[in-house]
Amino acid sequence: MTQTSQTFLGMPAASPEEQPHTGGWRTNVEVPQDTLRWGHTFPEGAHKTLANTQMRRNLGHATRTIRNKRQLRVDEMPDWEDLREAAEAVKFEVASRLPELLEQFEANVTAHGGIVHWARDAAEANRIVADIIKSKGIDDVVKVKSMATQETNLNEYLADEGITAHETDLAEMIVQLADDMPSHIVVPAIHRNRSEVRGIFLDRMGDAPEDLSDKPEELAGAARAHLRRKFLHASVAISGTNMGIAETGTVSIFESEGNGRMCLTLPDTLITLMGIEKLVPRYQDAEIFAQLLPRSATGERMNPYTSMWTGVTPGDGPQEFHLILMDNGRTKVLTDPIGRQALACIRCGSCMNICPVYQHTGGHAYGSVYPGPIGSILTPQLTQGLADDDPVHTLPFASSLCGACAEVCPVKIDIPTILIHLRARSVDVKRRLVPDMWDVAMNAATPVMSNGKAWLAATEGVKATRLIGRDGRIGALPFPASLWTRSRDLPVAPKESLRQWWKRTHPEGITPARSGLGAAQSTATKENR
Amino acid sequence: MDAKTAILARAREAISRSQQGRPVRDIPRNYLRVGTDAPGSQPVVADMVEKLEDYSAKVVRAPKDAAILDGIDELLGDARSVVVPAGLPQAYKEAAARRGRTVREDSRQEPIPTLELDQIDAVVTCSRVGISMSGTICLDGEPDQGRRAITLVPDKHVVVLEREMIMPTVPQAVDVLGQNPTRPTTWIAGGSATSDIELVRVNGVHGPRNLGVVIAH
Repeated sequence: MTQTSQTFLGMPAASPEEQPHTGGWRTNVEVPQDTLRWGHTFPEGAHKTLANTQMRRNLGHATRTIRNKRQLRVDEMPDWEDLREAAEAVKFEVASRLPELLEQFEANVTAHGGIVHWARDAAEANRIVADIIKSKGIDDVVKVKSMATQETNLNEYLADEGITAHETDLAEMIVQLADDMPSHIVVPAIHRNRSEVRGIFLDRMGDAPEDLSDKPEELAGAARAHLRRKFLHASVAISGTNMGIAETGTVSIFESEGNGRMCLTLPDTLITLMGIEKLVPRYQDAEIFAQLLPRSATGERMNPYTSMWTGVTPGDGPQEFHLILMDNGRTKVLTDPIGRQALACIRCGSCMNICPVYQHTGGHAYGSVYPGPIGSILTPQLTQGLADDDPVHTLPFASSLCGACAEVCPVKIDIPTILIHLRARSVDVKRRLVPDMWDVAMNAATPVMSNGKAWLAATEGVKATRLIGRDGRIGALPFPASLWTRSRDLPVAPKESLRQWWKRTHPEGITPARSGLGAAQSTATKENR
Repeated sequence: MDAKTAILARAREAISRSQQGRPVRDIPRNYLRVGTDAPGSQPVVADMVEKLEDYSAKVVRAPKDAAILDGIDELLGDARSVVVPAGLPQAYKEAAARRGRTVREDSRQEPIPTLELDQIDAVVTCSRVGISMSGTICLDGEPDQGRRAITLVPDKHVVVLEREMIMPTVPQAVDVLGQNPTRPTTWIAGGSATSDIELVRVNGVHGPRNLGVVIAH
């Protein structure tokens, strides 16, 4: 699984010139081979990321900023709810008519001089991209940030084939230079602060000015200078797409920096990798998503640049256009009557910005390039990893079900319902297998918990745990208690139980059973049986 | 079985299981399609200017032909070299050439090589349609707007936007663009910007760092 960067915060560098500037920026994320399945469960991932206080500070600041901006821009729109309704209906239509829309789309791209390829999975998609690049006799390409290529781990694949793919989106470039993984689908370097970015540039960019400060303006300026030469000389570019239009064969990219336009316009050859769900039926439908996407994603009225192109335009832009239509699990998502809603996602990231779980654990905890609430429903469906031995089966449980994600979703994906549905599917898969330690423990505890005297005796025993707790928490315990404590801290038992407290504070002799509180307690106990 | 056949077969099979008789309904387009104010009307233009300035674009309002030419000259400022699309009105080309600026023409037939484009300070183009609600300007690559590369590589873009082509809403602009949907289209909302470092907006990364807009007539 591991290829690079088994380096941890605070670890001394291998050589002095490797770490002259900050030393603090180094990643502790391994670049995985399967980008949807990094190999750890959510609890394991969260345990690691929660310890990174710098990351949590960066993330807290960034998600608060973007949430507030988004709300401001959404409040400006009197018809926001109507737009969401329309978007949901369009995406339902796409899922319902996917085969015919794909064929219509392909026919229109081809009619305008584009070349369409189909890829069943990530490996096939990567191979097609590499073959096109090799046919041009080059080993250096530029790339627009794209979730589809993240999903196929294209850069790693190309590197193995001797081809360097330069990420040109500022955040994606920061992630690439640091041998890191993205932690957000819109702002992949959201877990980094400015001084970390400065350190990464000075250590890894090669041509960063020695007196580079940590001002975002200066850092962006250094990236501009670094990338301009690459843009002007690149002959092949790779992109994803935000939306394909079946009726016209038009493909689009919504971006901010202009790196997208550079890649889409200047090279001779453009290769676009598109998930088959990224369609809309009609040109007119663009008016819905062009309003929902920027306000949801970055809290802007409109992103600075949007490009739309159809096949090839003689004399303007790339004269060879390859479009790869990729399945990679999407048709598996489509088989689930409830879960298939996840295919409506337009990758705006607003669900992760509002999610309290994401805000604390960060994107790396999810063990997939799709983090946050949408990742929790998309990843296990794309991989069909709902069995106990698959690390991604924990993702539908990585939620407090507060529902905020569904409220902000511009295409009205009912994420909480899908989370519960997938939890049920996961449990169904498990039922066919052996019971786990939780089931065994709960069954063993039942006689004690159903008998008042036995329970009282047991709770006396619990007080012994105060001996091993520090700071009010009990950390890792040996097996089998580790099944619980490896993912959660166990609070130390209180000094006295409710019954004991009652006895002490009510010396007049009113027993809990006769008071309102006691009555409520016994009712609850009854219901628990 | 080739990949296309396989994927389409999987999709059909999936839908047969998940659709469960749910019909595809007409898209409810109850959202605001047409604004209350007419395209190019005073409130729409005022809104456009406000949004553009919010993106830190420079705006000149030009009620007369002479004012358009002065506006182009003013917004080009100290640029020494200018690229123009071959189909730009002759008077605009002349305005671009004021103060001794060198002006080069570009077209699909005779494109300026990218590396030479990189040496040019500014570009002047027309535009197809504007959207006041979001301060967006759309170009569709016709001869008065030129190849996509010329509005991208120089550091300053001066664009002439016809007043009556400023639409209040996105749907009204999409209606205009939808008349020729397969043209290469670029929507511009302010200059190049990034928010990738700590969500701080930084103007100017790869595209033109300066956007000037002449609102004509």
